[in-house]
Amino acid sequence: MSSTISSGGPPIVEATDLVRAFGSRTAVAGVSFSILPGDCLAVFGPNGAGKTTLLRVLAGLLKPTSGSARVAGIPLPGGAQARSRVGLISHHTMLYDALSARENVSFAARLYGVRDPRTRVDESLQRMLMLERADAPVRLLSRGMQQRVSIARAMVHQPQVVLADEPYSGLDDSGARSLTALLGELQSSGTAVIIVTHNLAEGLSLATHAAVMQRGKFVRYETRDGIDPTSYVATYREAVASSG
Amino acid sequence: MVDTLLAAWLIARKDLAIEFRTRSAFVSAVVFALLGLVIFYYSWDPTAVGVTDLAPGVLWIVFTFSGLLGLHRSFGVESADHAIDGLLASPVSREAVFLGKAMANLIFVVAVQLVAIPALVLFYNLPLGDIAAPLIAIALLAAIGLVAVGTLFSAMAANTRLGELLLPMLALPFFLPIVIGASQATAKLLSGRPIVEAGAWLKLLLAFDLVFVVAATLTYPFTVED
Repeated sequence: MSSTISSGGPPIVEATDLVRAFGSRTAVAGVSFSILPGDCLAVFGPNGAGKTTLLRVLAGLLKPTSGSARVAGIPLPGGAQARSRVGLISHHTMLYDALSARENVSFAARLYGVRDPRTRVDESLQRMLMLERADAPVRLLSRGMQQRVSIARAMVHQPQVVLADEPYSGLDDSGARSLTALLGELQSSGTAVIIVTHNLAEGLSLATHAAVMQRGKFVRYETRDGIDPTSYVATYREAVASSG
Repeated sequence: MVDTLLAAWLIARKDLAIEFRTRSAFVSAVVFALLGLVIFYYSWDPTAVGVTDLAPGVLWIVFTFSGLLGLHRSFGVESADHAIDGLLASPVSREAVFLGKAMANLIFVVAVQLVAIPALVLFYNLPLGDIAAPLIAIALLAAIGLVAVGTLFSAMAANTRLGELLLPMLALPFFLPIVIGASQATAKLLSGRPIVEAGAWLKLLLAFDLVFVVAATLTYPFTVED
């Protein structure tokens, strides 16, 4: 379990009875939670449980159907102001394969209006151990390296909230360790992290809050003191088995 | 507004950099345009139909279809590995995303025209002379209209499984006023009529551009937010 201490103050991410439906199918069915700067919410659950949809709503890519959510106090969908505070990592790399790693991260830095983008881009790539391959076209990098570049892209504007959807996908052990260390560092510096993963060990090692999601709902949600890794594994397995 | 345009230019530059690296759509569009000109040239009996009667229709039909190749690529590059999510999750406005895509498409289409129009003039031995300037104006007006409509439908088609089929089906009916207006205006010029006689067609192109640039920019956010 993470030893990171929350910085206190108002919640950086807050959801109240959040619902997101696609026609008659409800992907997120009344989710409520609240995390502070420096917290990490780890969300586990079977495929199709609504985890990715939850992150997409929080990232401003989808509008809530009902209920409410706030990022840094801004009600969603909060437009540019809310989106500028969020860094999104996905199992899709969201990169342009004809551009180099540096060009991809630099493009993101400029979209976010980062000051001194060149320095920040290099720092971000260095942090993910990708500076040496920075000028290689993304299409020539391995899947794991592409994922590292994708993470560097998401971190380049120093977001207050990191939304990570299966961030360990495609990473080797070294990449996974770098990512866990990076997310830990981010928490220590006050960045809130919401991570969706099937990797319970990595997820729980970072978590200050944990949830198991099934059919759009949190069937289990606990904060720091109540998280018992063993029973979480059992609940997760039950959820996966019952989803079929 | 300035922020929107700066962000749009950033996106356009990125798209142009990708196209410059791959050159896939540009080469395809230019080859298609040149082949189209050749095929049309040999499909008509020059003793039955004069080149000045034939050329305007050929030019704008070829231009429309070759432009579609570039327009399809526009949001296609965003579909691979969900790059569009990175773009839409950033703080730039949806309108800036649309305008950026449209700017890149306009430069693409104009670049294709820069090859296709001189090729048409040479191939069909057209008397360009002092109609070059008005022809450039027609080409630009036609390109703006085509790009405004085409970029919007490219965004809509990119999210569907049958995007390559859907884009022409959606866009071509809207391209009709552009093709008709541009062809008629070009025909007036090539037949030696004074430019004022093409005025009505130029006004049609201008009105189409104004309406569809505004309408497409305002409509685009609804195609990406559900």
